[in-house]
Amino acid sequence: MIALFAADATVPDIITFGVGALLALAGAAGVVVSKNPVHAALSLVATLFGIAVLFIEQEAHFLAAVQVIVYAGAIVVLFLFVIMLLGVDRAEDNAKPDVFKAWRPFVVVMSLAVGGLVLALAKWDWEATGQKSVGGASSGARSNVDKLAESIFQQYLLPFEATSLLLVIAVVAAVILARRPNFEDELLEDSGEGTQVEVGSTGGVVQ
Amino acid sequence: MSLGPTPYLVLAAALFSIGGIGVMVRRNVLVMFMCVELMLNAVNLTFVTFARTLDDIAGQALVFFVLVVAAAEVVVGLGIIVSIYRHRLGATADDLNALEG
Repeated sequence: MIALFAADATVPDIITFGVGALLALAGAAGVVVSKNPVHAALSLVATLFGIAVLFIEQEAHFLAAVQVIVYAGAIVVLFLFVIMLLGVDRAEDNAKPDVFKAWRPFVVVMSLAVGGLVLALAKWDWEATGQKSVGGASSGARSNVDKLAESIFQQYLLPFEATSLLLVIAVVAAVILARRPNFEDELLEDSGEGTQVEVGSTGGVVQ
Repeated sequence: MSLGPTPYLVLAAALFSIGGIGVMVRRNVLVMFMCVELMLNAVNLTFVTFARTLDDIAGQALVFFVLVVAAAEVVVGLGIIVSIYRHRLGATADDLNALEG
């Protein structure tokens, strides 16, 4: 295990990596194992925090902040919101026979094989070209945010603008997908007189 | 900062494998989706590791783009899941066989 680390690795580095890795792996195991979707989402937060720690350890400070704000903040909250909205925050129904039970050994073997392949590539072939700093140096005196901003807003400006288009499309798609087709009709039918009063009062405000 | 890339890549491979196993063995669509997020994060960790190892900020820029695309993907995916649940209650992945031949 010690051979995994470089010879000049300091003890604080190893401890930081260990804490982050433990957090990430425990969270990942929790996502897969926990029966309750809410617990799975909270385990996912642990993984995301662990990865944020590893980002900081590797001097990707901006990405660590974004990881916590966007992933642990927005995306997990979105997951939890949908879980609560749909009312699936109960254990999965395991009474039904699991048709995938026979597949599970195959799944484990294939996952281990792919993982081993990735590990082997990481061990022996990780420097495909060996060219350094093709897209600009990440080390140096200036701050990480400074260099990342320069990279995104100069070299990768067109992809950046394309992502804004992508986000607009995603928002419109989400609205169209999640909207009930005849929502307004249902509202009128369900609430009856209450709706009429509401319409009347709204009209009053407008006037 | 002096840790080599190997421990990070080993961890990323482990996280990716766990996420992959989760997608394959879980039946709840939401949890499967979370496992996909797990795999995305493993890849992000690999990107940052190579950005440091090869001293190249483009790796971190790419993680930024992966984050944006992941956010868009989550929004659309959860929209699809919401509409699936709305049309047929209690849908696990096994029950979604409307396209089966």
